Amino acid sequence: MEQADLRKLEAQCVQEEPPFCTAACPLHVDARAFCSLMGQGDWDKAWAVLARTLPLPGVLSRLCHGPCMEACVRSAKGGAINIPALERFCAEQGGRAARTIPMPAKGKRVCVLGGGLAGLSAAWDLVRKGIRVVLHSERPGLDLAREGASPLPAGVLDAELERMVRLGADFQAPVAMTAESLQALLEEFDAVIVDCAEQDIEGLGLGEPDTMTLGTNMPGVFVAGQCDEHVFQAASGRKAALSAERFMQGASMVAGREREDPYPSKLFTNVDDVAEVAPEPVPEQGYDAQQARAEGLRCIRCECLECVKHCEYLARFGSYPKVYARQIYNNQSIVMGTRQANTLINSCTMCGLCEELCPGDFSMEDLCLQARRELVEQGNMPPSAHEFALRDMHFANGPDCALARHAPGEKTSTHLFFPGCQLTASRPAAVRAAYDHLRAHIPAMGIMLRCCGAPAHWAGRTREYERSMDELRSQWESLGRPAIVCACPTCQGMLQNALPAAAVVDLWQVLQGAGVPESVKGADMELTVHDPCTTRYEPEIRQQARGLLQSVGVRVREADMSGNLTECCGFGGLLAEANPELGADVAKRRADSLPGELVTYCAMCRDMLAKGGARISHVLDILFPDPSAGDLAARPAPGYSRRRENRAHLREGLLTDLWREPGDPPKPYEELAVSFTEACLATMEQRRILESDVRKTLLRARETGRRLVYAQSGRYRAVFRPVAVTYWVEFEETGDGYLVHNAWCHRMRVAGGAA
Amino acid sequence: MSVIRVPEADAQGWSCDACGEPLVPAPVDLEYLDSRFTVELPRCAKCGFVLIPEALAMGKMLEVEKLLEDK
Repeated sequence: MEQADLRKLEAQCVQEEPPFCTAACPLHVDARAFCSLMGQGDWDKAWAVLARTLPLPGVLSRLCHGPCMEACVRSAKGGAINIPALERFCAEQGGRAARTIPMPAKGKRVCVLGGGLAGLSAAWDLVRKGIRVVLHSERPGLDLAREGASPLPAGVLDAELERMVRLGADFQAPVAMTAESLQALLEEFDAVIVDCAEQDIEGLGLGEPDTMTLGTNMPGVFVAGQCDEHVFQAASGRKAALSAERFMQGASMVAGREREDPYPSKLFTNVDDVAEVAPEPVPEQGYDAQQARAEGLRCIRCECLECVKHCEYLARFGSYPKVYARQIYNNQSIVMGTRQANTLINSCTMCGLCEELCPGDFSMEDLCLQARRELVEQGNMPPSAHEFALRDMHFANGPDCALARHAPGEKTSTHLFFPGCQLTASRPAAVRAAYDHLRAHIPAMGIMLRCCGAPAHWAGRTREYERSMDELRSQWESLGRPAIVCACPTCQGMLQNALPAAAVVDLWQVLQGAGVPESVKGADMELTVHDPCTTRYEPEIRQQARGLLQSVGVRVREADMSGNLTECCGFGGLLAEANPELGADVAKRRADSLPGELVTYCAMCRDMLAKGGARISHVLDILFPDPSAGDLAARPAPGYSRRRENRAHLREGLLTDLWREPGDPPKPYEELAVSFTEACLATMEQRRILESDVRKTLLRARETGRRLVYAQSGRYRAVFRPVAVTYWVEFEETGDGYLVHNAWCHRMRVAGGAA
Repeated sequence: MSVIRVPEADAQGWSCDACGEPLVPAPVDLEYLDSRFTVELPRCAKCGFVLIPEALAMGKMLEVEKLLEDK
């Protein structure tokens, strides 16, 4: 990723945009932080927030009329937060700003003509930066103190003026202002600021001040205060002071000043779930402490986090996409050192929900996929992240599982049933039943058993994905380019992308056309549909699956987060492989969030949500039930070893039954008589150790005689490293075979040794 | 290179079945990705069969593997 790409990505995430109130405030006070502290009753810290931004805070906090209120998101939910009333209460608590330490004198001098709020604010900002100010006024701030029912208690203005004097402001009597006197002042001072609330600038030849800089026809003279409300006057004084400073430094007068005036924030805040609360009424004497806290607590602390709220993965890493983009960029830039974002990169489910929810269309999927590809390309992808899943994919595409044939007795195929490797792994009986049913209606329905390549795609292994797809394509072509009937939405998406020339349809549509088995009509049950995340942009597939369910009498219940807003089951993007704990949590969260009994049309979703504790059926469980298999909605997800066996047995069963071909002879390790303790099977599943790997280890020990023995118990330990992982098996010999008690594995190896 | 000793490398009572020799602690070179360490592990003095006990494999060794994978 280039830095420019990072900047573009960062700009898509609006979480760090200022809240609407701050953006609307002419002085950009952090009203969100202020309200939060007021809600906590921490008046001192709340005051510090005001004093950090406001010029003459004692004065302005009492004069602010709250232009932020018009932008307040709370307006739609009871009424805007009454910031002016909160400011007044806070000021009355006698809060003290941190002591102002004078900056070292910069040797610059600015003359301010006029002591209204604009002139005073300009002087306030300049003296705090170590710039000497001479301010000419009859009496600075006189107008403020003079106002009818002035909200300024006695002494407040004087205290602020004293602070300015201590910092180096010099208040002097007014001077007559002409074009000539301005010119003379410019020779004496480095810049001149005119507060036009106290001075008439007509006829001085200054022209109309520039809106961005307040500069005039006379370089070095700036005009502030051409506005009514106090906060706007103060803001214009601040703007003039900044311009004077830039003018004195010879810096750009305009760079980076786009957001100096009030501006619309790009932040997005969803208030759908925010309850309406009316504003705290303001008594004549102002809020008391309890009222101020209550009003502060009404602030909803605007932020976006739309994606994080709906994604366990995004929430788990403690931040939001803008920060993640930076972390991933840094991760990719490391030459020597630890890549700390590898787990972040490999844990995204690539489900697309964040992009769908994001007002700026930020896609973690795109970011993480690109990062994974780069890690693979650079040779830096952690081997343990996806190796197991890729091995599984190779197994599904290998001689034990893969099959591509015309239907028995047929010489051509008009259609090709593509059940997908996870459905064949999860419930091969459903694949067999569906295939028999399909052939009864469409005789030239061939079949292809293999993986669609999604694991390699998700793992960022582009070349491996392409190799797999090339093989698939050539098999499809050799079958006469039939229409592909997919029982898995992930496969369907992958095939549509990779085989644009192919007609790829979903099984649900084909089954509706062919007719469903009579025996399952009138199912009479209500089920909540979980849409697989790969159907987010496939409304037709979602509709076909629903239609099929309804055709057998299922009443379909819709969940809140479904359709284009569906949430991932935890398998997407190989999350469950790269970060099993998080994968399990995602599955549980999704299972818990859906009401009642569930149904879905993706085998992996079915098994993940079953693991997450849901009672859930696959559509094919309802269409092709099996009384001998018991309660299908309650069946546990098969483990890794069983998934492999299921695929191999399905292929073998099809060959034997439909094509009358003998199955392959068993491999030597398959012929060993091996049993496992229950605890050992659970451990193997958790450690991703396959029964076949244990059997290979036992066979190796038998063939070589190399094993360890524990004399007291008669147990043995054997070791084998088929490729990249070393397996250890602890077992005892039974009469005719082995009872396995434990198994463990590691990737590190003994140099030159068997382990 | 110094030899790392790990408390998990306990093999009390285990011996090599083929050689009939008890396993005794010995320095063994372990490698993963581009790194190599010398660790004291139980080994058959005769044929060199090295045991990696479960507690080591699923504990410290797994941690080090993950660290090296992110390097």
